[in-house]
Amino acid sequence: MAVDKFPVEASHILMFARSIGDDNQIYYDEDYAAGTEPGSIIAPPTFAQASAQFDPDYFLRPKPGEDWFGSGGEPTGIKKKEESSGGGGGGGGLHAEQHFEYHRHLKPGDVLTATTKPGETWEKESKRAGKLVFSETVTEYRDQNGELVVTARGVGVRTERPVDS
Amino acid sequence: MALKMSDLNIGDTYSECLVEDLKRTQIVQYAGSSGDYNPVHTDELFTREVAGYPTVFAHGMLTMGMTGAMLTNYVGDGRLTKYGVRFTNQVWPGDTLTGTATIESVEDGVVNLEVKTTNQEGAVVLSGYAAARVD
Repeated sequence: MAVDKFPVEASHILMFARSIGDDNQIYYDEDYAAGTEPGSIIAPPTFAQASAQFDPDYFLRPKPGEDWFGSGGEPTGIKKKEESSGGGGGGGGLHAEQHFEYHRHLKPGDVLTATTKPGETWEKESKRAGKLVFSETVTEYRDQNGELVVTARGVGVRTERPVDS
Repeated sequence: MALKMSDLNIGDTYSECLVEDLKRTQIVQYAGSSGDYNPVHTDELFTREVAGYPTVFAHGMLTMGMTGAMLTNYVGDGRLTKYGVRFTNQVWPGDTLTGTATIESVEDGVVNLEVKTTNQEGAVVLSGYAAARVD
């Protein structure tokens, strides 16, 4: 993933906070936020993940004129023979781990870039889902001054079959 | 409100109910705000017939986000320096989640927390750590 321009906007922070059920006023009320220690609206701790919105190639977003693997008239929009194997995430894999380091907290007006490097990959056998293939990525978010603001490390997993629960 | 170092003891816990009876609509909201439209989170037909799960399930990052709200309620706004988790079980519509932070150490103005979120059956769905600046 590479994101050239991730503008951090107040309305996006408000919607993100609502979606995680967090009604903390610091995420939507400028006047309240001015009286807090950060001194302005800030973004919730996991907000950097929403940079997917600004990744033009993000594969978990339907795009005009392209096949989409979710259902329409049929359970999937991808024809059988093209279907990617590896169940458990229906093509997307599953999220196994996520780690953030905050060098400072994001606020409206920041314009970030994100660069992602692949990390390690490893395999494991599991009773609940068969062979698991893990892969790690490290994403660095930098602000408009080139300062590192958030470092994120994600681990994804592809399972041999859907996870038993 | 930030935490005061002198008030903190190893083993202290803080706990909150993160969500009661998680709704599919909230998962849809999270898909929209995060931009992660993987159909396993919102598309029942695809999830049952193609992915092979009984129904849609929450984004791991939704659980991490809800658990993060518990953390910031505890340590104060803008105080977190680290937050990391493993997703250990899926979270399903109808789940009721409880998030707990336990103090592991306090040193040099930083509190280190063990973080855990469990469902209504007591199964751990998220486990991890956080660190925050304290006064």
